[in-house]
Amino acid sequence: MHQLTIAELVKGLRNKDFSSTELTRHYLDRIARLDPVYNSFITPTPELALQQAAEADRRLAAGNAPLLCGVPIAHKDIFCTDGIRTSCASKMLDNFIAPYNATIVENYLADGVITLGKTNMDEFAMGSSNETSFYGPVKNPWATDCVPGGSSGGSAAAVAAHLAPAATASDTGGSIRQPAALCGLTGIKPTYGRVSRWGMIAFASSLDQAGLLTRTAEDAALLLNTMASYDAKDSTCIERDVPDYTATLNNSLKGLKIGVPREYFGEGLNADTAARVQDAIKVYESLGASIHEVSLPHTHLAVPAYYVIAPAECSANLSRFDGVRYGYRCENPTDLADLYKRSRTEAFGDEVKRRILVGSYALSAGYYDAYYSKAQKVRRLIRQDFVDAFKQVDVILGPTSPSPAFAFGSKTKDPVAMYLEDIYTIATNLAGLPGLSIPCGLVDNKPVGLQLIGNDFAEGLLLNAAHQFQQATNFHQLTAPGIE
Amino acid sequence: MAVDRSDIAKLAELARLAISENTADEVARSISDVLALVDQLQAVNTDGVAPMAHPLDAIQRLRADVVTEPDQRERFQAIAPATQDGLYLVPQVID
Repeated sequence: MHQLTIAELVKGLRNKDFSSTELTRHYLDRIARLDPVYNSFITPTPELALQQAAEADRRLAAGNAPLLCGVPIAHKDIFCTDGIRTSCASKMLDNFIAPYNATIVENYLADGVITLGKTNMDEFAMGSSNETSFYGPVKNPWATDCVPGGSSGGSAAAVAAHLAPAATASDTGGSIRQPAALCGLTGIKPTYGRVSRWGMIAFASSLDQAGLLTRTAEDAALLLNTMASYDAKDSTCIERDVPDYTATLNNSLKGLKIGVPREYFGEGLNADTAARVQDAIKVYESLGASIHEVSLPHTHLAVPAYYVIAPAECSANLSRFDGVRYGYRCENPTDLADLYKRSRTEAFGDEVKRRILVGSYALSAGYYDAYYSKAQKVRRLIRQDFVDAFKQVDVILGPTSPSPAFAFGSKTKDPVAMYLEDIYTIATNLAGLPGLSIPCGLVDNKPVGLQLIGNDFAEGLLLNAAHQFQQATNFHQLTAPGIE
Repeated sequence: MAVDRSDIAKLAELARLAISENTADEVARSISDVLALVDQLQAVNTDGVAPMAHPLDAIQRLRADVVTEPDQRERFQAIAPATQDGLYLVPQVID
């Protein structure tokens, strides 16, 4: 059963090939047996999952169950889950039992989707390698001496190792697409505001976006139909109807104009990775698309702008973790200042502290205009590059990540080298655009990701383009070696 | 712009974090590396460019000024480190 896609599971449940309880138990057994190798889950939820599966079986038997009813998925531990530990992979929230569900979790529960558990991640979603988790690093199922990518590395490893058929994820600078690339999965970051952020633990609020890691574009479309919604509780959520993303998957790509930015193929891109992306371009040409060179001239400023804006927003968002109302509190504080300072110092990891300090610097008196305001102006220039490009083309194509999965520890001593891992993904977060990564081949037996970027609310077109690629190729069907 | 140990001490105070004496130099160096990366922004001409706060230039929605949240004080306080009589307990602030 664990080889089946979500689309196939939906059919299997309807045809009574298996019950939701059997399916859920099968996945829970795999998690218990195999996850000690990968460390992809922080908190499996077997009892809850089996209760939900029993209820789903009742709804399925009654004959009026929603399409996804009975399908199990995993949730990134950044999404609040009522009554279940929601740690954001931090010692700060190790004891935090969320008292409510994130809106996206609520959406899935309403449709009868089963929660297998909460997946590992970089602490507070800060990282590109899943090495900053309080619960230890996650191993890439394709090469266990390599990282799965971050920050949704637990979600990616769980899906790649077939411990869950799909998982929710979040993307602030590439945290869905980069692990999708490194683990050979389909990962979609929707348009900013398409999916509610309510109940998602905030890192950088103007960039954070919930999305999905799946094995196929079709599965991503099925799951996005439920995830996307207007939510009055998130004031940045856009009030706009959600189309049926599965309805356009089979549209022809004849006449589709694909833009290839010359800045995404420069220095720093692994040559073999570039070759796999060039092969993918030929596949698109064979499907009837036309290829056009475009320019995104401010690309080199995306990482610098991000590392002002994201830390500035994180320093403000993480000020709520003060040891007073929930989360970790230090022992025997001498006064209130000591309580704040020691609780935060003892519970935050090094990368989180580094970003809080950079953010405090960028927002401090005398530096606000030079750093924060300047970065927000550059952000507009970056978005304008895309606005200009989308006057000429329908979709932009490039690599997701400069190289395949790298070894543990190889970049941890050099934060700037780690930050450059997201060089091709960050600009879309700054611009608020939807982005998607699909597997397009292997280098040294490790997956390579192909990134497609769309205009505002073009998720349907991206999924269509990804699905057509997957109909023409079999890279998405490759499984990591050793996965039974 | 490079930062030194005294800058780090000031930032740490602002951020309510403690940086130990033996890591202060290393922290200063890594923060300086990040600031060197972001200093590339200073070379860009942004005259006449408005800062972008929301990519879709959305405006803040307003809602009627009515209470929509139910009282869940007990639920929320159940996860607090220390409470008493409906209040959060912290060390004494005023003598």
